Parts: sequence; structure tokens; C-alpha cells
Amino acid sequence: MAKKNDYVRIHRVVLEPAERTGKLPEDTKKVPLEMWVKGRLVNESANIGDEVEVRTAVGRTEHGTLIEENPCYELNYGSFVPEILDIEESLRGALFGGKEV
Amino acid sequence: MINGMIVDKSYAAVTGRKGEIINRAMGVDYSKYESGSIAFDYEGMMNDTGYTIEDHFRIQRDHNVGNTPIFELKNLTALARKCAKPGKGARIFVKDEASNPAGSFKERRAAASVYHAKKMGYKGVIAATSGNYGAAVASQAAMQGLKCIIVQECYDSKAIGQPEIVEKARKCEALGAEVLQLSVGPELFYEVLMMLEETGYFNASLYSAFGIGGVETLGYEIAEQFMARCGKHPDVVVCANAGGGNLTGTARGLRKAGCNAQVVAASVDLKGLSMASDEQFNRKSFTTAHTGFGVPYATDPDHSDVPRSAARPLRYMDRYVTVKQGEVFYITEAVATLEGMEKGPAGNTSLAAAFALAQEMDEDQIIVAQETEYTGAGKGIQPQLAFARKNGIELLFGDPNDEIPGKNIIFPARPSLLKARDSDLDRMRASLIRRQITRAKDGIITDADIAYLMEETRATREFVLDVIEKAKA
Repeated sequence: MAKKNDYVRIHRVVLEPAERTGKLPEDTKKVPLEMWVKGRLVNESANIGDEVEVRTAVGRTEHGTLIEENPCYELNYGSFVPEILDIEESLRGALFGGKEV
Repeated sequence: MINGMIVDKSYAAVTGRKGEIINRAMGVDYSKYESGSIAFDYEGMMNDTGYTIEDHFRIQRDHNVGNTPIFELKNLTALARKCAKPGKGARIFVKDEASNPAGSFKERRAAASVYHAKKMGYKGVIAATSGNYGAAVASQAAMQGLKCIIVQECYDSKAIGQPEIVEKARKCEALGAEVLQLSVGPELFYEVLMMLEETGYFNASLYSAFGIGGVETLGYEIAEQFMARCGKHPDVVVCANAGGGNLTGTARGLRKAGCNAQVVAASVDLKGLSMASDEQFNRKSFTTAHTGFGVPYATDPDHSDVPRSAARPLRYMDRYVTVKQGEVFYITEAVATLEGMEKGPAGNTSLAAAFALAQEMDEDQIIVAQETEYTGAGKGIQPQLAFARKNGIELLFGDPNDEIPGKNIIFPARPSLLKARDSDLDRMRASLIRRQITRAKDGIITDADIAYLMEETRATREFVLDVIEKAKA
């Protein structure tokens, strides 16, 4: 459970599929325009899935569904891509090792 | 509610208020540059900002932007010479724009916008961008003491984010900005308009005259740095091209410094992928500097978030070349392994093109890729290729000519297979002319309109008249 002033992430649908602009590819037309933002919880307390209000970094009030408490970044350097080693060897070989350029 | 009034926030109502929202959010009356027909006073708009190139230099210096080093890439040059005919292979240089505080040339674009917003009394700035510009605006806003909202297109409908864009969100938040993340779709501008209306902040548009004026320092610095270091101006300057602002500003700066270098636009070829498609969003490995932005913005500059864009690349480009995704990743690895510099892939788009173009040039000539960008988790060759593979994209070695965007990424099997492919500039010029003549008042195209279209496209009068004639038929 998140308490007032906890840092959280919320989600909200901005435009339902029917409300979207006409100039869209068919696949995009079928899905809503969604929004995610982070901020400090305004409500006294809330659970994941509750409709809440947050105060954002600039001090705006935004509303949406609570989806994450203490949101963190999970981006990383990805799984190993062996082709990168092959590129490296090909480049070094071409410049220094007499391999075909 | 704004000032106690209930405001209609429907898509139609908000976009219907676009003109007044933008006017209030920029303090620029764009209507005064209009002729009422096709032509508008581009130079008038550029000169009216009140900031000369000297002012931009001062603002940037005061906020730790610019004066970035140029590096000669001797090993890459040696490799290009091995691929080229005897006597060919220009010296390849890069301007290390990654050494700006937030890691890209975009800070040149942000500095004056934030400075101007503060001077005009705005409390904050808003920018619509998934790219480095967000970090640039956030950085400058932090430095100059304004609030900042970045609105970015980040996720597909399964809430899977492009790793490069997720990293940009992290950086913007680290620099104190609020980041509004959206799913795929051009209605991003609707959200931006709502934010501008709600907050009363300044629209730090990528396409304002403040932003493009700020990039002029990049071109000017190149001219001066090469004169000091090599005793002459570079022969060719390659600019990555998306919205056209990088090339426009750089070319204007080169000219102001008296440098007549050939200006070449370079974009990553993403032909066949729709930029507004939810399903294709995560099937591309480049989120900027690609043809999906480069071609539409070159041929129709005025479809951005300002009524008249200051980025008008067809006025300045001598050539427009494309490179493949596999080639830009390949050159990114080359920069790391042969030059000892790890940089972000998208920022190496112009360098990939420069590597190929150098091979057409003489050994005593100079070619410069005018930017690099920062790298990090999510935004690098390894995370971006791992993400591509996870999304079903095949990673192959072979002839990059065979690459199909959204299906595979083909790394050159040998360095000599890396090519810069010329786009048909006349076709783009004709496309721009056909689009703009629809603005003619009562269908009458004046002499001033024709002169304007010649400037817009660097084409002859005969060329412009011929396109108009064919369009009428």
C-alpha cells in the first residue's frame, strides 16, 4: 500500500480508440492513446489498481490508475549479442590483419 | 479548469484552439510573416528572434554548451582508404557533441529557447520529443531555473518501451523534468497543447527560430576549428537529418563563417515502416535520424508544432544520402574498437555516411560528421540489437543493400560494403512544390511565390514552373 507523498507511477487512457484522429494506420486505430507519469501520491493511501491523484515534478496534479510504487528503471545493456564480437574482429582484421576489405 | 472557466478538452476542441495556444506559449505572431499566399518571410522570422549568432554563442557559453572538440578518426580514415581507389579517402573528422552537458548537440537548440522563456517571464518549458532534445531542454531548464515537462512517445500498446527512449526518460527525470510518456500516435501534439494550456509554460519547440538559430553556432565552430587546425575549411559536412533543424542550423552557421563546404544530409533508411504504427513501433532500431522523419519534414516542413518551421533543410542540402541500420551499428562498433570512443548509435548516422563518402574524395580533402551523442544503458549497440532480436528482427552479415527494415538488420560482411545511397533530391523538391502550391490564394501563384519556391528548393525557375505545370495537368 502506498501512502500520501510516496513516489508512484500512474497510467491513464487519454483517448479511447473511437476518439482518436482519423489519420492513423489500422493497427493504431484499434488501440487507445495511453499515458504514464510519475509523482507523489496526493491520496492518504492507495493500493495498486486504485484511481489516484499525484503531484508531478513540476507541481501539476495528474490522475490515473496506480500501477507502481517506488517506480524504478529496469533498462539495461540487453542480452549478449555475439554478432558484435564478429563485427569487432572483422574490423580489426580488415585494418590490421590483412583480411579482405 | 483554467481561470475558473470549464475548458473543453476533447481532441477536436483542443486542436481547434491550436493557433491561440501556440501564440500564447511562444509570444511569436507567426501571421506577420505570411504573404497571404504560398510565400512567407523566412529570413524575417529568423531575424526577429532578437538573438544574433553572437548572442547564441554568449548564451551557450554562459550555460556550458558548445565549443566541443573535433577529433580526427585516423584509424577509420585508414580503413576507408583501404576500401577506396588509390589516392582516394578523405580525412574523416567528427565533432564530439556528446561532450555537451546532457550529451548531444541538441543543447544548442535548447539553450536560447529556455533563456528566452525565462526572459519573457514563463515559469517553465515544454517540449515534445522522444530524443536527445528532451535531455537538452531538461538540462538547460535545470541550469536556468525553470520547470520542465517532456512529452515523449515511448510505448507500444503492450507497454513495451523502446530502450533508447526509456533511457531518455530516465535522463530527463534525473535532470528534474516531469516526463509524460505516451503510446504510439501523432496525437502526442494534442497532449502537448493541453499541457501548454494548463501550465502556461513556453513551447520549447524543436522547430522555432530560437532553436535553429542556436544550431548555427555548430556550423560556425566547425568552420573556425578547421581553419585553426588544418588551415582550411572542411570540404564536406555531413549532418544527420530527421526534422531538418540540425542541417538547417549547421548550414546557416557554415555560411555565416564564410565556409562553402558541401552540406550532405544523412538518414537511416527505414523505408516501409510506418511511424504511426503501433505494431511496427518496436520493429525499428532507430528512433530518430531516420527517413521516416527526414523525408516528410524535408518535403513538408510546416507540419510540426509551430505554424512555420525554422527547419527548412531543402534550402541548404547539396545531397541527401541514406545508410542502413546495420551500417550505423557497424560504424558505432568501429568507433569503439578502432577509435576508442563509445558513442550512441543514432549519433553515428552521419559518420556512417562520412565513411562511405570519404572514399569518393581525394586523400587531402576533409569530411566531417558534425555530431556524436552520449551512450548508456538502453541506448547503445548492445541493448538496441538485443531488443531488435527479442522483437524477431534477424541479425545477419552480408550486403546491407538487402536489409529490409522491420525484418532484418544486415551488417556489412566487409567494410567496403558500407555505402551511402543518394536520394533523388529533385523528386523531393517537386514534392515540396506540389504541396506548397495548394496554399496559393484563389489558386493564383504570384512571382513572389515562385521566387520563394526557388529559395525553398534551391531549384531553377524553370524547374519550379515545370512542376507547377505538371501539377495543374
